[in-house]
Amino acid sequence: MTENYIYTITKKESLTNSIYLMDVLAPRVAKNCYPGQFVIVKMDEKGERIPLTICDYDREAGTVSIVFQSLGSSTKLMAEYEEGEAFRDFTGPLGHRSELIDMPREELSKLKILFVAGGVGTAPVYPQVKWMKENGYDVDCVIGARNKDFIILEDRMKKYAKNVYITTDDGSYGFKGNVNDCIKELVFNQGKQYDLVIAIGPMIMMKFVCLLTKELGIKTIVSMNPIMVDGTGMCGACRLTIGNEVKFACVDGPEFDGHLVNFDEAMKRLQMYKSEEGRVILRKREGDTHHSNDCRIHAE
Amino acid sequence: MDVLKKVPVREQDPKVRATNFSEVCYGYNLEEAQAEASRCIQCKNPKCVSGCPVSIDIPGFIKEIGNGDVEAAFKVIGKYSALPAVCGRVCPQESQCEERCIRGIKGEAVSIGKLERFAADWAREHNIAPEMPELTNGIKVAVIGSGPAGLTCAGDLAKMGYDVTIFEALHEPGGVLVYGIPEFRLPKDTVVRTEIENVKALGVKIETNVIIGKSITIDELMEEEGFQAVFIGSGAGLPKFMGIPGENANGVFSANEYLTRNNLMKAFDAEYDTPIIAGTKVAVVGGGNVAMDAARTALRLGAQVYIVYRRSEAELPARVEEVHHAKEEGIIFKLLTNPVEILVNDNGWVSGMRCIEMELGEPDASGRRRPIEKKDSEFVLELDTVIMSLGTSPNPLISSTTKGLEINRHKCIVADETTGLTSREGVFAGGDAVTGAATVILAMGAGKAAAKGIDEYLKAKNN
Ligand SMILES: Cc1cc2nc3c(=O)[nH]c(=O)nc-3n(C[C@H](O)[C@H](O)[C@H](O)COP(=O)(O)OP(=O)(O)OC[C@H]3O[C@@H](n4cnc5c(N)ncnc54)[C@H](O)[C@@H]3O)c2cc1C
Ligand SMILES: Cc1cc2nc3c(=O)[nH]c(=O)nc-3n(C[C@H](O)[C@H](O)[C@H](O)COP(=O)(O)OP(=O)(O)OC[C@H]3O[C@@H](n4cnc5c(N)ncnc54)[C@H](O)[C@@H]3O)c2cc1C
Ligand code: SF4
Ligand code: SF4
Ligand code: FES
Repeated sequence: MTENYIYTITKKESLTNSIYLMDVLAPRVAKNCYPGQFVIVKMDEKGERIPLTICDYDREAGTVSIVFQSLGSSTKLMAEYEEGEAFRDFTGPLGHRSELIDMPREELSKLKILFVAGGVGTAPVYPQVKWMKENGYDVDCVIGARNKDFIILEDRMKKYAKNVYITTDDGSYGFKGNVNDCIKELVFNQGKQYDLVIAIGPMIMMKFVCLLTKELGIKTIVSMNPIMVDGTGMCGACRLTIGNEVKFACVDGPEFDGHLVNFDEAMKRLQMYKSEEGRVILRKREGDTHHSNDCRIHAE
Repeated sequence: MDVLKKVPVREQDPKVRATNFSEVCYGYNLEEAQAEASRCIQCKNPKCVSGCPVSIDIPGFIKEIGNGDVEAAFKVIGKYSALPAVCGRVCPQESQCEERCIRGIKGEAVSIGKLERFAADWAREHNIAPEMPELTNGIKVAVIGSGPAGLTCAGDLAKMGYDVTIFEALHEPGGVLVYGIPEFRLPKDTVVRTEIENVKALGVKIETNVIIGKSITIDELMEEEGFQAVFIGSGAGLPKFMGIPGENANGVFSANEYLTRNNLMKAFDAEYDTPIIAGTKVAVVGGGNVAMDAARTALRLGAQVYIVYRRSEAELPARVEEVHHAKEEGIIFKLLTNPVEILVNDNGWVSGMRCIEMELGEPDASGRRRPIEKKDSEFVLELDTVIMSLGTSPNPLISSTTKGLEINRHKCIVADETTGLTSREGVFAGGDAVTGAATVILAMGAGKAAAKGIDEYLKAKNN
């Protein structure tokens, strides 16, 4: 697996049985990255370019942490990489850093912020919460997932957030309910007030959080994860409708005002290669039979 | 042999090549090349040279081919161009060197491009590479972007003894030569990679995966990493869209995305993991080289393909050879036609494109006749894929992160034509980043001029 590639995996940790954290040696990225930005990983010569949010970084050690869920063919392959092995390509940092970092300190100190993390979306929330604490600001954080097995980074988050609220769809851990149920509980029953929500997770979750916060009148920032190719503004694959404008998530985002995002369009676009992705998996399992039409139908 | 005519070049049969990604044109063999070389009358005052943006000594190298000394021919070209196998293939020769060739007055011009390509291919096949310069001065120069402008500038500077590093955002060097122009016109592993290796052989270092403006800024390169001058050859990579309804539907791509998936990411090759939606009925909107490349790629992936262009055939900006090849392969041209709306089905996928017929009116500012809509001429093309090929503009990543770098209203970097100098001291630029989307050889010309400009600047500074 490892040819003479330079982006060495210095640490691998499995957070759940399908979610992994890796520290990767990439000094140029580590030196200049900030919370909110992402990298693109290409595992080997024939692999896809996979965008992943920066979960943490160590400027001195020159490493960047990524967290990924092994879902499809590429992320399943990524899960097979072990410590000491290396990726062929690791590019970044891409996209804009979180706007919190560039906000006037005075303004920031007045904001009551609630982070809402869904599933593997906890990973991109974590560095922002950490940055806030390290710069002297307290924030609250909701972490939601299907069940207990998908809750990640809980201990780390507790180190930096003032309050961490866990919620699971099936009630196997923490509150029972989705993140919106939890937000409602905090706002309506516990009398919490927030000026800003930062929600990162599956698009469907971000969509519903935005519907709720719009009702509540709370400004909401989301981090969009559309299909990408280059990540530098060259292909337009990542385009989204924000308000009345078309934006490229990789260079204009990935964070946007959630109340302006056209989520329905974005979710449809995310499905674009699903059947094609199925083909790749099929090809790997069954050999070179993917050209027949049968397989395509099969894959859908 | 008819001296008024070019020695014909062998090509893959259109029916066969429409189903594969192998190169369309086979090029000359030695015998054919020598016969073609004999058509050059070795003008004392060769007009062809003035048509070449890098002023290659054309009669000089053709003479060596005529003599059968191909290595000598390659060395003559090498003095002027670092990418002859590329230019011989993709230069618009018919409007440059060959347009001015004296032979063209009474017959067909000498096939300068095909001869240049022959010399370069021959050198590659015989493992002849340029030699490392003997003297190095240790002065560090950074080059941003590894397209033709960057490679040429880097190669020339290395020959002058500079310590040059190219920074490239993507995972492979080559710029448009790798991600844009398809395999069937410009083979990647053989032709492009070899010419890049030749630039490396001059001592140029290439660092991929570095995005200037994100991974590191120009200011940091100069202040922290000791680069005394910087050349920006970052191209014009930002795709334009039309802004019509339905353009964000599934199945609508920019030509850049479609071509990148297929060229850089090799989606056509089952060994690679890249997915591509080939489409079964595809419309490519636009009429330039990029549109032809996207159309011919879709065709090879098995689609029925239309080119939708709002002016007439005479105005097609693509090279004549490419239009000719596209037609031979079975691309359907819908000329004088403009899209109005992309129709979308319930799943969010393209189902068709509503178009309107156009007619040509008075010439506009560009001198071309302006297309005007014909009343009540709307019709619907049934499609599942639309590829937008409407041109590109320079990416603002660098200009927005470099202090004091002036750009014009087209977002192009302002640079002096003869030296490449920008509004920032020590920072030079050239190629598509300065001119907007143009050609390989113009980008190379700009890279060359800037190398000279940088050398003069650094000599003055370090004295
Ligand atoms: C800016 C950005 C940041 C991202 N950060 C992370 C991250 O930190 N951790 C992480 O695990 N993933 C992240 N993603 C998503 C990740 O890139 C994709 O999940 C991955 O490319 C899927 O590859 P695959 O081949 O394994 O799965 P595929 O075979 O493509 O898909 C597997 C399943 O995942 C779904 N899927 C595909 N793309 C996405 C997506 N972008 N988001 C959510 N679901 C998707 C598909 O619908 C499918 O059901 C990010 C994406 C972007 C654009
Ligand atoms: C599909 C297609 C077909 C074409 N066909 C022809 C043809 O037949 N004949 C012809 O003469 N011309 C053709 N052209 C045009 C020609 O390819 C370009 O004019 C030429 O490549 C421009 O060269 P360049 O070096 O300025 O830029 P590019 O080739 O665009 O190279 C720029 C490089 O810079 C990199 N880069 C950009 N930003 C950064 C950054 N911030 N940091 C680091 N690196 C960065 C890019 O990734 C890229 O590799 C075609 C173009 C396309 C797209
Ligand atoms: S580089 Fe291009 S223009 Fe110059 S001689 Fe060669 S083909 Fe002609
Ligand atoms: S103009 Fe034509 S004939 Fe004259 S030197 Fe050039 S290629 Fe030869
Ligand atoms: S990923 Fe290509 S433009 Fe954003």
